[in-house]
Formats: sequence, C-alpha cells, structure tokens
Amino acid sequence: MSTLALSTAARARSSAYAGTGQLLALAWRRDRVLIPASILGLTALSVGSAKATLELYPDLDSAQQGLGSVLLNPAVQALYGPVVATSIDGLAVFKTVMLGAVFTAILGFVVTRRHTRSEEEEGRLELLGAGVVGRRAPLTAALLLALLAVLGAGALSTLGLLGLGMEPVGSLAFGSAWLTAGVSAIGLTALAAQLAATARGCGGLVLGALGIDFLLRAVGDTATSPAGQALGWLTPLGWAGRTEPYGANRFFTLGLGVALAAGATAIAYRLLATRDLGSGILPSRRGLAEASRVLRSPAALVGRLTRGSVLGWLVGVAVVAAVVGSLLASVTEMAADPAVRAMLERVGGAAGSIEDIFVSTELRFIAGAVTAAGVALVLRLAGAERGGAAEVVLATPTRRSSWYAAHVGAGFTLTAVLLAVVGTLIGAVGHRVTPQAPTVAEGLGAALALVPGVWVVVGAAAALFGLGARYAAWSWGVLLVGFLLGEVGRTMGLPEWVISLSPFAHTSHLPGGRFDLTPTLLLLSVAAALVGFGLLAYQRRDAA
Amino acid sequence: MAAAVEIRGLHKSFGETRALDGLDLTVAEGEVHGFLGPNGSGKSTTIRILLGLLKADSGGVSVLGRDPWRDATDLHRSLAYVPGDVVLWPTLTGGETIDLLGRLRGGLDPARRADLLNRFELDPTVKGKAYSKGNRQKVALVSALAADVPLLILDEPTSGLDPLMERVFQEELVRVRQDGRTVLLSSHILSEVERACSSVSIVRAGRVVESGALTDLREVMDTRVVATLTDGTQEHASLPAAEVPAWVSALGPSVASLSVTPATLEDLFLARYGRSEVTPR
Repeated sequence: MSTLALSTAARARSSAYAGTGQLLALAWRRDRVLIPASILGLTALSVGSAKATLELYPDLDSAQQGLGSVLLNPAVQALYGPVVATSIDGLAVFKTVMLGAVFTAILGFVVTRRHTRSEEEEGRLELLGAGVVGRRAPLTAALLLALLAVLGAGALSTLGLLGLGMEPVGSLAFGSAWLTAGVSAIGLTALAAQLAATARGCGGLVLGALGIDFLLRAVGDTATSPAGQALGWLTPLGWAGRTEPYGANRFFTLGLGVALAAGATAIAYRLLATRDLGSGILPSRRGLAEASRVLRSPAALVGRLTRGSVLGWLVGVAVVAAVVGSLLASVTEMAADPAVRAMLERVGGAAGSIEDIFVSTELRFIAGAVTAAGVALVLRLAGAERGGAAEVVLATPTRRSSWYAAHVGAGFTLTAVLLAVVGTLIGAVGHRVTPQAPTVAEGLGAALALVPGVWVVVGAAAALFGLGARYAAWSWGVLLVGFLLGEVGRTMGLPEWVISLSPFAHTSHLPGGRFDLTPTLLLLSVAAALVGFGLLAYQRRDAA
Repeated sequence: MAAAVEIRGLHKSFGETRALDGLDLTVAEGEVHGFLGPNGSGKSTTIRILLGLLKADSGGVSVLGRDPWRDATDLHRSLAYVPGDVVLWPTLTGGETIDLLGRLRGGLDPARRADLLNRFELDPTVKGKAYSKGNRQKVALVSALAADVPLLILDEPTSGLDPLMERVFQEELVRVRQDGRTVLLSSHILSEVERACSSVSIVRAGRVVESGALTDLREVMDTRVVATLTDGTQEHASLPAAEVPAWVSALGPSVASLSVTPATLEDLFLARYGRSEVTPR
C-alpha cells in the first residue's frame, strides 16, 4: 500500500516535468537571436567601456586625476552605485557594473515572461498543455532558458575583461554582480507571472519592483548614516553594486541573489499548482463602464493610450536633467583635463564657458532620447494599422488626416515639452549648485533650439509611415544614423559634409553659442514638408 | 429597390497575389445579404474596399450611392462595421471602447447600449486585454448594433461567440431587418447565413460564383430522396423537387416510408467548390 502510494507520488512528480526538454528547445528556437544578441550587446557594453577607459588613462593616477571629483559626486553614486576608486580596473568598470546589472535583470525578466505569462495569455500554452506536457514543465523550461541567458551575459563579460588583461578575481566578481541581479529578476518574474493574469500586469509588477530596487539602492549608496547605507543591502541591485568588483570582491552577494530567486521560484511553483490555466492570483483591475466625456476624438484617444508612458518620460527626463544640473558643480574640475574638454567641445561646440559646453553636450544626448519618444508615438500609427485598431477607427467618420494628425501632433508636442522640461530643470538645478551654470531662460532656450532637429526625425517617421506601415520601423535607423553623424560624427573624425547630413548638426550650439535663424527655419520647413508628404502618401494608399 | 451596395468587375491585387478577380456584388436596400466563402476567398478584401480602407485596382464600387474611396468620411456616417478579429486597446475597458467608437460615429443611443450590454451579457468594466475572443467580438457588436445607421457591414461577426450568444445575435439581426436596415453579413458558418439571410452570394477565388435569393438558389439544386421499401431495402435519388412525386409513384405501393431533404446551403456551397455528391444544373 505505502509502496504503491510512494511510487504513484514519484510518478506524479516526474510527470509534472514531462516535456520540459522539448519546451526548452522550442523556447530556444524562438529566442535564438534575442538571447545571443543581448549577451553580445551586454558584453560589448562592459568590455568596450573598460577598454575605452584603460586606453584613455594609462594608470590609476591619471584616472583619478581625470575623473577627479566626479567620483565623489552623490549624483554619480546614485546612478552608478559604489565606485571602486582604488584600482584602475575598478575605475574601468564603474559605469557598467550597475548599468549592466539593470540590463541583465531586464534580460532575465523578458525571457522568463515571454515563455510563461505571455505564452499563457496568448493561448499557446493551452495548445501545448493539451499535449504531453507536465504542469511544471513550461515554467521550468522558461527558468532554465532565462538562467542560461543571464549566465551567458555574466560569463562572457568576465571572459572579455580577462581578455583585456584585467585582474582575474575582480573580473569574476564583475560577472557575479550581473548574475546576482539576473537570477533575482528571474525568480521575481516567475512569481509575478503567477500573480498577474496578463503579461502587462506581470511586467508592471517586476519593473515596478526593479524601480523601487534601484531607488533604495541609490539612497543606500549615497546615504551618510549607517541606517541609510543599510538600505543598499536590502535589494538585488544593492547586492550587485556591493559586490564591488576589483575592490572588495564580495562573492556572497550572489548567494543572496540565488536565495531570493529560489524562494520566489518555490512560491511560484506552489501558486502554479493551485490556479487555473490563464488565471492569475491577483484579480485583474476593473475600469470605467463608460468613457469619460473627453474621450471622443482621435487626439483624446492617443492621449488616453499614452498617458502612462508620457508620465514615465516626464519623470525620466526630469531625473536626468536634475543629475546633469547637479554635475555642473564639478564640471570645471572634470574638464581640467584637455582630453575631456576636447571631447566635450566636439559634441557641444567650443563657444562659451565650460559649463555652457557641458550643458550643450548633455542636451544633445538627451535630445536623442527624446526623439526616440516622439518616434515611438508616431510609430503607434503603424502598430494600430497592423494590429487592426486603425481599421475600426477609420470605419467611423474619422478622417485619415485627423487620425494621422493626432499621432504626429502628439509626437511633436511631446518632444517639445520634454525638451522644455529638461532645459528648465538643468538651469534651475544647475544654478543652485554653481553661479557659473546657465540660467533657467538660457537652459530653456538651448533645449528649445534643438527642437527643430528633433522634429525633422519625427517628421521622417511620419513620412515613412505614410509610405507604408512596413517602412515605419526604418525610422529607428534614421534616428540612429542622424544621431551618430550629427552628435558623435566629429568625435569619430567624419568629414563635415557627412556630418551635415544629420538634422542635429544644423541646430544651434546653445548655451554659449549663437542662435542661427536660417538653419532653424530650414529645419522647420523640412519637418513640415516631411509631415505633409507623409499625409499625402497615406491618403493615397491602402490603410488596412 | 435601390441597391445599397453595388460592385462591378472589382479587381485588387497585393503584389503578386490576386485577391479579387472581377467580383460583382449587389446588395438590395433592406435585405440581409449573406457573403459566403472560405478563408482567403476575398471576403475581407471586398469589405475593406467597401469601407474605403483599400483602394480598388479597377472596377466600380458604390455604397449607398457613394464612392467609398472618395467619400469615405461621409459614407461612414451611415454605416457601422464589425471586423472578424476585433482588436481592442488593451488599456481601455469595453465600455470605453463602445463609447469612443459610438462618439466617433456621431453618438449612440444610451438605452440601446444598455439593452445590448444586457442581452449579450457583457461586462463593460473589463479592460480590453482581459477579454476573451468572444467578448472582444461582443464589444464591437454592441457598438455597431447600438448605432442608428442604415447599413451594417459585418465581417464574420460571430467568431468566438458561444451558441447562446449566437442566438442573441440572430435575434438582433431580425430586429435590424424589421427596421428596414441593410446588412452585409460575411461568414463561413452556413447555418448562420441560412437562418438570417434572405439572399446570398458565394465567393470563390475573388469572384462571385453564385448569387441570388436563397429560395431561388435552392430550386436549382436537387432534392435528396430516400425511400424505404416494405422488404426493408432502400432506394436513393437526387432530383429536382418537381420530379419527386413522379419518382415516388413509380415505386408503387411498396414504399413503407419516405425521407425528402431539400438542398441545403451547404450543398449549394460544396457544389460550388466541387465537393458535393449533389450537383447543380
């Protein structure tokens, strides 16, 4: 009797994992580009950045001198975590330990969610579940694949850093730091995938946790009181930072990450056994039974659909602007090194004080990111056309022109507003830390001077969509090439005529420089022409 | 009667693929017209041209007396559309989506909206991402049926609906028909079309191969007759309905029981696709 019960239980346990191998193979087949590309990208980040630093600074002394007070700036610690300033290898990776840990966590999250909740939500898991697939198999396969991805990212980075001749134990600790963040995110995603009934909900839980994680760690890493510093020991990103590769080399933080992941995964398996396929533990949130009075036009719809991401962009650029403003206090010191100053001048222009040049440089990088927000808004047109939402709207008396204008107009408005916020905040925060900083008016003016260049790229996205939804994704190429040529072209030593192909190259170098009206008007005309061309093309083609 | 929809010699290609190859279609005002054909036969392409979303390569198209490509916006004030695979905005609730689409169309009757929500048993507070396929379909149906428009264009509107809800849909169609509105109902569910439609068109490879009133179309099909004789053997025949009495009397008094099955839409459909034992003449 008891033997029978035992063997039945054993069989039930092994059958719960039936099909894991096949599912893993299938998941790998779907991700065979995503995962290797992400691993290579992350490795390029860590190794490339370390190599650049080692080439710029031949030894620890010159690096400490070059980086100077930057390393002591709380804003830098908040962004990048603890800095190991005692070895040149530590300085070579100080920017990528935390940044890479965040990316590795996101990689672990993306892979885990793709093969758990997303699959379930889209009904594919149901199809598979009807075959010989154990109840625990899909989650197990997803966990294994995600683990492989984050392990790959950590291991390849370690190998790459060793390849640069960096110190072996520290290089191992570097990989371990990324892995700590990666496994923690995998465990939390496995849990969130059981709790939330939708992929979006699952993403909200994990990314929200990651955000809180980053915030706690930032507070912990900049706090001066012991209680404050203890916050840095509470969460995975905190552990990743306190691994301190090439310094303390704390490997036990990986143990903390693994323990968290194991605990979360165990709960996930428990929940999996108690819930129905397709359901979650948390109830899905209800909404309004009737639309608000405002929701009656394409523009209102675009506003309603994008309000979350718009808010995210606003908070994001505000934080970056505040950091840039606070960095103005140590710019003079940083740019004492002629090499650094030369680099800043190549992007930000040679006019004005070093603070002006620094603000101009940072504004141009931020403008690149803001352009991406605008392009993404315009590309919603293509998404709606492919997904079928455009068809439903355009079958009502909504004109194609107003549907198009709602999105393109939102893209133009959003980019201008974001840049205005950035310029104002840089001026406001900067002026508090140093009188040398540009004023609010100068900051705002400088940011707005970049708007025409940004609008040309957003306009190009509209024009490409006008030609056909399938061309819309080329907008990212336009943005990337425009940014590389216009902002980094001089650093790369490209000829002037190539650089001048980019709209960004024709914007005025402010603050400090002179405002040029003619190229500004030219850029505005080009942007308008692109939008007009896109509309004409859109009205002449199939729209479904 | 005037035609609500009139298509002559419609051609449309997507690159190398020829979707429509000289399609003709007439939908009279006030009729519920079934538009039949398997997946990929050109039904949805035709409908999107009728909506002015796609541009015809050649041929004449008139909807409610207008050119849908040129007068799309005006035309859309007079019609409501339900696509076969309804895509909702994941963050908008069903209620918000219904209201938005209704307002874009120029307003909807709140009493009718409430009645339809009730009859289709749809919870309007659920977000788009959380609806099942059938419930997504209901959102589009409620929005279209609540609209006070003379023409409804429905592209496989019941895909994903359970039989009970399908029944509600049929009842709503009857109501629409009594109001004198015109419906173009694309479907591959033959029983649905047979119950709801007064006339049908069958599409095959981008052309209409059969079109007319359902009763007329039935007449051209053979009726199946099975006679069980007193000795237990059976006699089968497929023949025009008018010839059935003669065939039965020829068997004489040995007939114990008789089963007469008129041609179904399925026979008609399969015949047009060359898959039936019963052949049209």
